[in-house]
Amino acid sequence: MATESLRSLLTEAFPEARELDVVDRTGGGDHFHVTVHTTRFDGLSLIDQHRLVYDALAAPLADGTIHELRITTRGTA
Amino acid sequence: MSELGDRIKDIIETEDVVLFMKGTPQWVMCGNSMRALEALRAAEAPIATVDVLPNPEIRQELTAFSGWPTIPQVFVKGELIGGADIVQELAVNGELYERLRDALGEDYRAPGEERTLSLATAAA
Repeated sequence: MATESLRSLLTEAFPEARELDVVDRTGGGDHFHVTVHTTRFDGLSLIDQHRLVYDALAAPLADGTIHELRITTRGTA
Repeated sequence: MSELGDRIKDIIETEDVVLFMKGTPQWVMCGNSMRALEALRAAEAPIATVDVLPNPEIRQELTAFSGWPTIPQVFVKGELIGGADIVQELAVNGELYERLRDALGEDYRAPGEERTLSLATAAA
């Protein structure tokens, strides 16, 4: 299931994350909202935080598994 | 880079604020494009938009240039600000206003200014 494979990709990329969540927004398996809270985002601009998430999900973004992606990121604050 | 790529680069570098979106401000074809558009409207930015849907190459060239994989994409004075989530968050916390003011000057506001740029004709 796509939700679980995205979750494992994110867990692999952010093993230290305090919070990590993947929600299938429509139930269709291609519109997702991912949330990542990690201290690694401290001091990074939002754009760089999102780039790290995109990097982790590069494969499902490229092969069309992800049709639409919402991202919520947060550092320590 | 292709002619289309050059044209995209030129738009990004010359427009104050450009939103690459699915559809047009009058006919928005995607919820995320709508969120980005609404955020820019809330900040009263002068908005130029490019519809990526007429030609899949627009999106490919844009992503090759920006390194950002999804649509929409918002640029201010040539700098990628982000996609829908970031622009919306910056609009809510007031930073979008600061970014626009810093890039365009104190009197940047142009409520209702929305121009649709066409890449189709330029490619011909």
